Amino acid sequence: MSSSIESLITKEYAAGFVTDVESDTLPPGLSEDVVRAISEKKEEPEWMLEWRLKAFRRWQSMPEPHWPNVKYEPIDYQGISYYSAPKKKKSLTSLDEVDPEVLRTYERLGIPLNEQKMLSGVAVDAIFDSVSVGTTMREELTKVGVIFMSLGEAVREYPELVRKYLGSVVPYSDNFFAALNSAVFSDGSFVYVPKGVRCPMELSTYFRINAADTGQFERTLVVADEGAYVSYLEGCTAPKRSTNQLHAAVVELVALPGATVKYSTVQNWYAGDKEGRGGIYNFVTKRGKAFANSKISWTQVETGSAITWKYPSVILQGDNSVGEFYSVAVVNNRQQADTGTKMIHIGKNTRSNIVSKGISAGEGNNSYRGRVQVLPKASGARNYTQCDSMLVGNRCGAHTFPYIEVANNTAIVEHEASTSKIGEDQIFYLKQRGLSAEQAVSMIVSGFCKEVFKELPMEFALEAQQLLGITLEGSVG
Amino acid sequence: MSLLEIHGLTASVGDKPILRGINLTVNAGETHAAMGPNGSGKSTLAQVLAGNPAYEVTGGSITYKGQDLLEMDPEVRAQAGIFLAFQYPVEIPGVSNAYFLRAAYNEVRKARGEGEVDPLEFADIMEEKLALVDMDPGMLQRSVNTGFSGGEKKRNEILQLAVLEPSLAILDETDSGLDIDALRTVADGVNKLRDRNRSFVVVTHYQRLLNYIVPDFVHVLAGGRIVKSGGKELALALEEKGYDWLTEGEPVGVNA
Ligand SMILES: Nc1ncnc2c1ncn2[C@@H]1O[C@H](COP(=O)(O)OP(=O)(O)O)[C@@H](O)[C@H]1O
Ligand SMILES: [Mg+2]
Repeated sequence: MSSSIESLITKEYAAGFVTDVESDTLPPGLSEDVVRAISEKKEEPEWMLEWRLKAFRRWQSMPEPHWPNVKYEPIDYQGISYYSAPKKKKSLTSLDEVDPEVLRTYERLGIPLNEQKMLSGVAVDAIFDSVSVGTTMREELTKVGVIFMSLGEAVREYPELVRKYLGSVVPYSDNFFAALNSAVFSDGSFVYVPKGVRCPMELSTYFRINAADTGQFERTLVVADEGAYVSYLEGCTAPKRSTNQLHAAVVELVALPGATVKYSTVQNWYAGDKEGRGGIYNFVTKRGKAFANSKISWTQVETGSAITWKYPSVILQGDNSVGEFYSVAVVNNRQQADTGTKMIHIGKNTRSNIVSKGISAGEGNNSYRGRVQVLPKASGARNYTQCDSMLVGNRCGAHTFPYIEVANNTAIVEHEASTSKIGEDQIFYLKQRGLSAEQAVSMIVSGFCKEVFKELPMEFALEAQQLLGITLEGSVG
Repeated sequence: MSLLEIHGLTASVGDKPILRGINLTVNAGETHAAMGPNGSGKSTLAQVLAGNPAYEVTGGSITYKGQDLLEMDPEVRAQAGIFLAFQYPVEIPGVSNAYFLRAAYNEVRKARGEGEVDPLEFADIMEEKLALVDMDPGMLQRSVNTGFSGGEKKRNEILQLAVLEPSLAILDETDSGLDIDALRTVADGVNKLRDRNRSFVVVTHYQRLLNYIVPDFVHVLAGGRIVKSGGKELALALEEKGYDWLTEGEPVGVNA
């Protein structure tokens, strides 16, 4: 039946080039001295170093978890370099001082950092290997009191804010990779939106891994004060390399009473080749804490990485808070993804909504893993989960692991799941109307993901749709 | 030169032979009706013309506009002006009818060397096409065939036909699932699309449709062959006498 779906040819990964820049890179290896060296390079205050060291000691005592439904060779943590930065003058005061090669890299990726060329209405923080190379639109944001800068700068300029919230959602002891990140995180973005302010533009971080054999351990902290609103986007790419690279990020969101935080990800890390050589290990901890009447919404489109392992979650702490998770995860060739969410209902009348769309092609393996937990005091809590899988071809897999724990009998928890195969009849129907096999698959899959795409800001929805097409290219003959 | 020439066409599904030697010539502007009992191979013929890979052509030839049709991929056939109105239109959830139709329209235009149209231009074109099949513009915002009634699906096929303006339109049981009013509307739409450069192959089990879409030729299929051809009066004779008198000694369906 699906003989025409069998033949595979892989499309080149367009973001797979390497930039030749002079960089300041720590030799591979991890020890207290390395943690101290990172902290020193970043000119951090004592409390920050102490926090890193506590995390490091904790990490040393933790076993690496192996419960996800993914397989990989053991990671040699001593073989990774934990810091790499493009060489620069002492400190950057404007984008003009950024290495032109780095700026060109972003141009090639379609993200011009030059402010005149910027998409209006989007501010960008660009992270190149371990450090932020520049944040745009800062002035405009400052006018309304929004702080948007690299976390490294924020530690120095707004230590009291960072100290208050860093680790308040994902403690350094949370899990193996979060502890590792807490010890060695190099940079990331920091956002603070003051009380009652609606952030006037989309904020966006663009992550780029360039150096070989380095890990990327960025850390993002977004705080929306009472009644504030912010929409934040992250995008990611990396060069093609035949070895695996570790990306262990942490993202913490804080939505204070009445605030709204929307966090969207378009993840296109290098996925490895057809035989599964190389690619990024994307092991990420993302979590938000929602106070009373606030809302946290995660949207993710995961098309890249050799292995993706992440569960953007919401702790519904305050009464009437809302948590949402919209996800599209695509795997092709030998990619593996184990992703989903956790919704922890603590406050009364808390609501959560989960829409997960998993697409598996080639020999890809896709698992949805979700936990909905209703604590005893969460009366009136509601959850709705919809979890759909689509298979392209016969050699891929889709798995669903929903965990539901309800300790309050007024709660209503609903779970719906479906698995479908992309139909030869659908493909033929579209071809009969003049569309190519690839256009047909891309159209069917986009339709399948529609509920998630509509959550993304316009330009990113288009980008996501294109990425989906590229990821699946070659999955039908 | 004829638009379509089929010689000694045989085709199977899996190991099962279904078409057992079809010969048929269609000239530009002609409308042919293909009738026959259930299982006689009408849909198979339609699917083979459209290039469905589930059907294997085991012999014979098909020439379309002077080219070897069997060498062409389904999308190339579509771009070259072959349109199949499916007996069972397929649902594509989440893809709006408007988006799908415009994508198809643009592919066909590109193949003809014409420029693509943007959503606004397309909306203007659609206004006229919707009127042709008396369809509510709201249908354009719904997902392709998803949750459509049987009649809506058939109407949607004819809408696509009107948009894509093919040279050869094959209608497979377009009348099934339509009530008499809908049948009239759809037939009127098809009749308006008839012109001397466009040919039709109308596949139907019942002659009812042929009261509205009056064919130039009628062919009767039985057991994977054309067992009789004639003018429109043949359809009336079939209505009166059924298929049995034609299929005496021949297996009716290929299962028989
Ligand atoms: N996809 C298929 N798989 C198996 N058998 C099929 C398939 N399509 C058609 N057939 C068989 O081929 C014969 C002709 O079918 P079809 O062309 O649909 O006839 P008609 O349209 O005239 O009713 C029938 O016996 C039918 O069961
Ligand atoms: Mg039929």
